[in-house]
Amino acid sequence: MKGIIGKKIGMTSIFNPADGKQTAVTIIEAGPCVVTQVKTKETDGYSSVQLGFGDKNDKHTTKAEAGHYAKSNTPAKKFVKEFRDFSLEKNIGETVTLDIFAEGDKVDVVGTTKGKGFQGVVKRHGFHGVGEQSHGQHDRQRAPGSIGNSSDASRVFKGMRMAGRMGADRVKVKGLKVVKLFPEKNYILVSGAVPGYNGSIVLIQK
Amino acid sequence: MSSAVQYVHEQLTPQKTFPGFKAGDNVTVNYKVVEGNKTRIQGFKGDVIKRQGTGSTATFTVRKISDGVGVERTFPIASPNIDSITLHKVGKVRRAKLYFLRSRSGKSARIKEKRMSI
Repeated sequence: MKGIIGKKIGMTSIFNPADGKQTAVTIIEAGPCVVTQVKTKETDGYSSVQLGFGDKNDKHTTKAEAGHYAKSNTPAKKFVKEFRDFSLEKNIGETVTLDIFAEGDKVDVVGTTKGKGFQGVVKRHGFHGVGEQSHGQHDRQRAPGSIGNSSDASRVFKGMRMAGRMGADRVKVKGLKVVKLFPEKNYILVSGAVPGYNGSIVLIQK
Repeated sequence: MSSAVQYVHEQLTPQKTFPGFKAGDNVTVNYKVVEGNKTRIQGFKGDVIKRQGTGSTATFTVRKISDGVGVERTFPIASPNIDSITLHKVGKVRRAKLYFLRSRSGKSARIKEKRMSI
């Protein structure tokens, strides 16, 4: 696996000059990331590369963090993520930039979806609601209905879909196409939508 | 629109010069149509009932009455398939979205022309 940490900027669309087809794209500002630690099978039991993205203010840096980042000779980072079994040979202190991807590649993007708060079953699980307003449905058009039987079972089964907190989940969107790269600005354009709000941190993996 | 979106728009969308038009104007959109392996240009003439969006996602909608049936077509302004736009009349309207035209027909669906002093 190879990957990079980025920030979702927003969406726009681009046109294919040949046939005029419009494609929705998400702009992600990705990298440059610094390799802040390299874990190997011998020392750590598994192999991975730790990448740091975005500089942190010195005021908010603890001494423990400062010591960790001093090893890779970089300022303290805001976001740190580990990538297991990194396919590129990277040493501590080296940078990872967008050139690990090429236009036309298929990538996976990992992000945290927008939080929706406490939601009912219609929005959260796609229940269809009661379906009509008459025949005794006074104010329960979006109610879940029965959640189980009475005497046999006499309990509610685990995992029964009910209302609750929705969103703010880690989601991986697979197979997004790299439409365009702007190495001078560190922008990568991937086809389609990406989880999270504008400004949220996403991982781009291949 | 964020500066990054603007940057990508400027880099990737070819800048075209169309006459400045707005809702209420009467225009012809000359649109490229592919038939088999040939491309020809087809005109769509009608009143602009709305413009919306910014940058490369901006679109406008043209409404015309074809054989007594109202037809609306929405075009992306940045689309490379738009060959040209001809402005025929500038309309005198009081709102930006002319959805009220949908429920009108005949005389009441006319848009008053704005006379320009030249």
